[in-house]
Amino acid sequence: MRITEGSSKGKKLRYGVTKHWRFVLYPLGLLPALWLLKQGIDGQLGADPVNVFERELGLWAFRFLVLCLCVAPLYAKTGLNFLRYRRLLGLLAFFYASFHLVAYMGLDAGFNLSILLKDMTHRPFTILGMTAFTALLPLALTSNRWAMRWLKRGWKRLHLLVFPAALCAMVHFYLSFKTLNDMSAFYGALMLCCIVVRVPKWMKGIRKTIPYGRAI
Amino acid sequence: MSRYDYPRPAQDEITPRPLFLSRRQIMAGIGASAASALTRRVAEADTLKTHPGPYSAALTPTPRDDVQNYNNFYEFGMDKGDPAARSGGYHPFPWTLEISGLVQKPQQIDVADLLRSADLEERLYRMRCVEAWSMVIPWNGLALHKLLERVEPLPQARYVAFESIVRPSEMPGQRDDFSGITWPYREGLRLDEALHPLTFLAVGAYGESLPNANGAPLRLVVPWKYGFKGIKAIRRIRLVAEPPPTTWNQLAPQEYGFYANVNPEVDHPRWSQAQERVIGSHSLFGEKRQPTLMFNGYSEQVSSLYQGMDLREDY
Repeated sequence: MRITEGSSKGKKLRYGVTKHWRFVLYPLGLLPALWLLKQGIDGQLGADPVNVFERELGLWAFRFLVLCLCVAPLYAKTGLNFLRYRRLLGLLAFFYASFHLVAYMGLDAGFNLSILLKDMTHRPFTILGMTAFTALLPLALTSNRWAMRWLKRGWKRLHLLVFPAALCAMVHFYLSFKTLNDMSAFYGALMLCCIVVRVPKWMKGIRKTIPYGRAI
Repeated sequence: MSRYDYPRPAQDEITPRPLFLSRRQIMAGIGASAASALTRRVAEADTLKTHPGPYSAALTPTPRDDVQNYNNFYEFGMDKGDPAARSGGYHPFPWTLEISGLVQKPQQIDVADLLRSADLEERLYRMRCVEAWSMVIPWNGLALHKLLERVEPLPQARYVAFESIVRPSEMPGQRDDFSGITWPYREGLRLDEALHPLTFLAVGAYGESLPNANGAPLRLVVPWKYGFKGIKAIRRIRLVAEPPPTTWNQLAPQEYGFYANVNPEVDHPRWSQAQERVIGSHSLFGEKRQPTLMFNGYSEQVSSLYQGMDLREDY
């Protein structure tokens, strides 16, 4: 089950979302953030609003990242093709990770530098979260046609960073709970599956693996 | 009557009065509404006869709704809302509290009698959760030493072990549980901590019997320690010679110590304990942060208990 490189010969694959849909799907994906913000402003986030806000944003980032990583194995195993939504999902994961980070730094830590510095140097929990975000940053910045063309084959290699990011995010996610619970078990397991399912391919060392790590 | 000198909190630490009052008006206004019906059902509120006790600082209580609906009580689930939402099927009474172990006169105490006792005090205490949020709660109950004196601890008794109820039929968190906690929930204090006049057994809050979510029918309150030391729904108190195992310490010893004294200088491995989120503002952008105080502001009363100890070691 391979995808032919779309050009003159064979079927042309559509990368990314078509123009019209883009204007629907991105706002749709950002709706949860807006909803949380609205609830926060209306005082409906409960007794500990900053904590809920921050955690929910993190959870959405994690959800989108899991979904993003589901796309390729889903296609390979079942033929269900959501490849064109992968960039959307990845970017949404990044957007939510950014919101999550800003909420943590600003609303939670109150931009208290001593707390932030200690968190980022002493606590594996925070370090893992920051590492995941840092790994996602260049991916988000190069999620466009222009960067793909510019980086050529390097683009693919660069975007393998999504896996360390996912691993860090997964451990960070687990550590954000005092104990294991049904939700962390579910999402964590799903993320682990998304990573583990790729291992056989990686073991074979196939460079031309398509569609894994492909520029889509 | 002896009055204790008490560290008064700064003005900006106190829940704003208009906010507190507006909540009262709301509460008064919604008598018939579903929200108050729920609160009432959960609370099975009986008004208690209490008199103000010592140590009640000039603090303004956290809105009662928050205290009753934002809890850690894993017997009912791991969500903060679970204890209020999932404790409707929990019917604590009748309840016998057993005090035994290394004591002269072991006792079985009917908690309903305690509730009717004329001896109930009100204590307005700060409450600091290990998760870095805080409340101010008016508890009703009695100092633990009063009960412990009744049973006459033997000289070899050095620690007090507390055990919670196991009732999976009424406590959904004990049925479907991922947490790894082995029930019952256990807590412990050194005997001198347990006998300290601040250490309190609450049978009520806000002048009414304790709501299920807050640990009905009776719970421990140790205001200078993190909230998880305040074991809820206490079934058994035993005086023992050795440090008893405690639930969170067993679960993650590197994160939760036996002492669990509030200490802004000793951080949780995953987060800072230097400041706390003040529950009650319900405001995303205006939520109050305040520096956490050593021993949660009760240094003057309790620091002598830990003289010579390294509080980084014995966290």
